[in-house]
Amino acid sequence: MTRLQVRGVTRSFGKTVALSGIDFDAQAGQVLAVLGENGAGKSTVMKILAGAEAPDAGTIALDGAPFAPASPAAARRAGVVLVSQELSLCPHLSVAENVVLGEEPTRGGRIDRTRMATMVADALAQVGASGRIDPGARADTLSIGAMQLVEIARALVHGERTRVLILDEPTSSLDREDAGNLFRLVRSLAERGLTILYVSHFLEEVMQIADRFTVLRDGATVASGAIADTTTDALVESMAGRKVDTLFPRSARTRGDVVLSLSDLAAPGVRRASLALHRGEVLGLAGLVGAGRTELLRAIFGLAPVTAGTIRVARVDGPADPRHRLRQGVGMLSEDRKGEGLATTMSIADNVVLSRMEPLSPGTGWAGRLASLLGLVSPSRKDEVTRALATELGLKYEVPSQRVADLSGGNQQKVALARLLHHDVDVILLDEPTRGIDVASKAQIYALVDRLAARGKAVLMVSSYMPELLGVCDRVAVMCRGELSPARETEAWTEASLLAVASGAAA
Amino acid sequence: MMASLKKPWVAPLVALLLVFALFSVVSPDTFLRGANVVTMARQTVVVAIAAVGMTLVIVHGGIDLSVGSTVALTTVVVASVLKSGHGPWVAAACGVGAAGATGVVTGLLVTRLSLAPFIVTLASMTILRGVAKGIAKEQKIDADPRGLDTLLAPGTGLFGALPAGVWMAVAIAVLASLTLSYTRFGRHVFAVGSNEAAARLCGIDTGRVRVIVYTTSALLAGVAGVLEFSTLTVGDPTDSVGLELEVIAAVVIGGASLAGGEGSVSGSLVGALLMTVIKTGCTHVGLSNWVQEIVTGVIIASAVAFDRVRRARR
Repeated sequence: MTRLQVRGVTRSFGKTVALSGIDFDAQAGQVLAVLGENGAGKSTVMKILAGAEAPDAGTIALDGAPFAPASPAAARRAGVVLVSQELSLCPHLSVAENVVLGEEPTRGGRIDRTRMATMVADALAQVGASGRIDPGARADTLSIGAMQLVEIARALVHGERTRVLILDEPTSSLDREDAGNLFRLVRSLAERGLTILYVSHFLEEVMQIADRFTVLRDGATVASGAIADTTTDALVESMAGRKVDTLFPRSARTRGDVVLSLSDLAAPGVRRASLALHRGEVLGLAGLVGAGRTELLRAIFGLAPVTAGTIRVARVDGPADPRHRLRQGVGMLSEDRKGEGLATTMSIADNVVLSRMEPLSPGTGWAGRLASLLGLVSPSRKDEVTRALATELGLKYEVPSQRVADLSGGNQQKVALARLLHHDVDVILLDEPTRGIDVASKAQIYALVDRLAARGKAVLMVSSYMPELLGVCDRVAVMCRGELSPARETEAWTEASLLAVASGAAA
Repeated sequence: MMASLKKPWVAPLVALLLVFALFSVVSPDTFLRGANVVTMARQTVVVAIAAVGMTLVIVHGGIDLSVGSTVALTTVVVASVLKSGHGPWVAAACGVGAAGATGVVTGLLVTRLSLAPFIVTLASMTILRGVAKGIAKEQKIDADPRGLDTLLAPGTGLFGALPAGVWMAVAIAVLASLTLSYTRFGRHVFAVGSNEAAARLCGIDTGRVRVIVYTTSALLAGVAGVLEFSTLTVGDPTDSVGLELEVIAAVVIGGASLAGGEGSVSGSLVGALLMTVIKTGCTHVGLSNWVQEIVTGVIIASAVAFDRVRRARR
């Protein structure tokens, strides 16, 4: 019998359709890779399976019986457990308390410490962490890899009950060794008859550990099959929905003066980085998560201290804070759109002009000068600027006064980019500019980056998505454990060689 | 039209009008009299002016629990200065200045030492109350108000029936409201409250914004204190205990979010008026104090609940 059967599941959030029809099957003892670009709907499907969201329509069957969990606790009792991408341990509690959280064994109303110890020991043994993780340790003292094992142990605390284990991007923050251990664990759990839904967009690891795959795109299932019968290229194509090369336009770019140069720069998370960024080029920074790429951008922009080395922007030497960097013509797009990039409770117009309202004061002549001195901002000029940029970026919106929180991820990203355009910066630092957005928005952003470079702007772009780096950039440098490799022309790189340098396997 | 319906202060305004209409119908001969309306305006002034400052604080993502103590301290300072023989202007300036100084300190503690504003102002609430009692030697200070008492005296206003203090409150509110909506600084206040990291990414000096906000709020609490003195005509170190909660309630009823980034001066004023109308109305209808308190509490909770529904529907 099919362990898990998903048929026609849909889900909308307000006007945004997250899922428009999901179908897939998973058998006992199988690792099913759920693939898709960011924003394809993977996380929403997994939340529905785990009882954190309810579908609008469609059916799910677990071992033949209808499965419609009302809450995560209900899903868990039925044997479906999600280990989410953002680890959700309680940092102040011990490992043991975290493992049994919500399932604490009691006797006469009090926690049964003896049984709890057995349960925890058993769960940790199942994930192969006996002796390596101290059940009494506070969760926040563990490494990320260990935290993940504790999360999985939590899922297995009723080992015989758990039927489906969902791992959402489990390796996104793990180093190679922890990732290797995780793969072995996943295989051994599958051999014991568990069904594993393995959500990822790292195709290499999927090819390595999954039995079958299902690909989601824009909220619908677009392909399914056996891993043995497919190739990485075929998977990329069905994830992106088009041939990869049409995504990346490339105008004639002329490499001009150096506008940003780093020499042996060190900062928190960055051991040594040297580079020279020219006008009219897009320089890519490849690397694994945690390699120090974001930290490098933050140090350049003044959000983190520079601890050694030299930094030069145009003709200005030395570090500076974001305010001065913006004045020097450097702008940054944060990887964390909601946490740092945008003030989401404010309007589109407010967000677009936030860093530069000086030119928007009303009036002309002496009245204008007075208005500017008082810091007055004309709402109509604000809207005018916003409308123009929205058109240039293909922003889908109703009015400039609309709240940013009400836009989709891709449109929010366009608002964040519009701010850089409004500020008219010359050096553009982009941190994961297409993370979590739909394919159409991605294409628009690639086109924008190309136009900017053609106009003579200098773009430094961090991305974890290698096809994007190879498609958009003129040169690519790789960061590995805080060290930046020399930049090489994009033609000199392949996905495999980038990965080799990024993982420290080759210099 | 649809856009204006979405404004957070529309619902409290409707509530205000409904409650006002209700009391006008129930007790038309006392509640609806011009004199009563003027009295309500006067009674709202202290809370309203402090609420304008609190709106800035809450919108920028902070909180100020020291408002009641600051008002009491101001009345004590004003009375002491008057008693020592100085004129009303000097006394008022000293009172407002003393209040403003406390705001500078709060702002610096919050920004430089990264202390939580709740804790800092909880501490200054007690400290300022103590200072006020110390200056006043734990007694009320009697002093000739030298005209300060006319600020809120009924029927003495320059512009018709409303006393000067009411017009001051209106002027302050209009100025603050325009500043929040139409100046760089105002948008920076919203940005810091909405997402401080984003504000920093945009090159906004968030520390400067915070210090200015706390200082402005304290200065306005000082102005409220001068008007409080105007009604008390004594410096009273035990005055206005719990005023800060009334002020916060007004701001929250007016649609501000305690998480920051949302709120409006007009909303806060409506909130302040709503509470006065309920209090006065209940008195006119003959309801006891305890009923008024329950009604006010219910209004606060329903205002926030209503706001939540309004947001979810969007």
